[in-house]
Amino acid sequence: MSTETLEKEVKEVKKSSEPLLSKKRKALLTNPLDEDNPITIQVLGICSALAVTVALKPTLVMAIAVTAVLVLANVVISALRNTIPNRIRIIVQLVVVASLVAIVDQVLKAYSYDVWKELSVFIGLIITNCIVMGRLEAFALGNKPWDAMLDGLGNSFGYAWIILAIAFFRELTGSGKLFGIKVLPDEYIGNGVMMSPAGACILLGVLIWVIRSRNGYVED
Amino acid sequence: MSKFNKNSNNYIITYAVIMTLVFGSVLAVVAMVLKPKQDMEVLLEKQNFILKAALGEEAISSMSDEEVTRLYTETVVADVVKSSGDLVETEEASVNVFKEYKKPKDVRNLPVYTIYETKEKKNVVSYVFPVYGKGLWDFIWGYVAVKSDLETVSGVVFDHKGETPGLGARITDAEVQSRFKGKKIVDASGEMSVPYFEKGEGNDYSNNPQQVDGLSGATITAKGVSSMLESYLLLYKPFILSHKK
Repeated sequence: MSTETLEKEVKEVKKSSEPLLSKKRKALLTNPLDEDNPITIQVLGICSALAVTVALKPTLVMAIAVTAVLVLANVVISALRNTIPNRIRIIVQLVVVASLVAIVDQVLKAYSYDVWKELSVFIGLIITNCIVMGRLEAFALGNKPWDAMLDGLGNSFGYAWIILAIAFFRELTGSGKLFGIKVLPDEYIGNGVMMSPAGACILLGVLIWVIRSRNGYVED
Repeated sequence: MSKFNKNSNNYIITYAVIMTLVFGSVLAVVAMVLKPKQDMEVLLEKQNFILKAALGEEAISSMSDEEVTRLYTETVVADVVKSSGDLVETEEASVNVFKEYKKPKDVRNLPVYTIYETKEKKNVVSYVFPVYGKGLWDFIWGYVAVKSDLETVSGVVFDHKGETPGLGARITDAEVQSRFKGKKIVDASGEMSVPYFEKGEGNDYSNNPQQVDGLSGATITAKGVSSMLESYLLLYKPFILSHKK
């Protein structure tokens, strides 16, 4: 599936006279939210979706970090796309992504130390998040920066809403809290399974099932 | 770009070199600009931990960062001692407990934080000793506050690098740390005897001055904490004996 979409998307290079938010461009933003979602349809970025979703706060920070990295990497690679030698393009992508991740890590350490302590391992792992590399290979290398930015935003929002949904249920059922504030009565005993990655795996499976059956997705 | 042959070795090598230089310098600049702010966050966390161990979670949690720093500078005196108990002329700020941990025990610089009741540095409230050791997956560390009698633990704070969330990572929970409150670092005969985690969880050890209710499912982390407390507090033994009234 991935090579087909790659070819299709590479052909779809926009003409410069196109309005900034034409129908096609809107689709770049909205498709990844649902019928082309990176997590539930393409099953990418699962590692972090299982690992960081114990509570809403770190999940939100992770979503913002991935958004920043993915959008910027998409724009940078797209701007450089005509200069990048084909033989080392993966290395160039890695350098760009790794640098952006290092910057995000440093900024978090300076301005949100608590969250950084909790997340720093996973922030480093954004480098290997398949969604980022996948979008660079499949989209940014063949499209203009503006489209690449929309594509980056669309895909990171698609990633964000899924992990936030999982984190919502995990924090609520696991510890009876939302954003660290107790919402369920004190008598509620947290479900330990939901606090472990296994609980996230079950939730994610259910979510993938619901979304796929609603879209009528068929494995090809 | 058509005048360059993008597949030639020269082009690729030049491209790689320029790319490395550009991204390398951007990263270097970012790291340099953010360094002071990051160091401040680390320092603030240390001050927070020391005051939390000495005065309790409730006293600190509602304070802003500035208030914590002010309270710390007003009431805390930091000294550095050797395991012989002798004071050394080293700035406390230059001592990194992790680096000291790797040295042999008798040459380590050991910081001691004395918390006073008032600004005039009168009436010791407690002494705080940093501790460092190994948990299950990685290093663990913390601060142990002992009351001015140098016998009763008034509070502990633990932190860790990579203990299992929900199991070993519970050593950072306020409830787990509060189990050490009121325990003694000396036994009935007056010899040093450091509190330790017992096996199992949910038992009442309130009558025993050393046993602490353990961590179910985190035996190795709990053992790590116990041996960290033991080995580090014994290093401070000469200091403790010489300061006891």
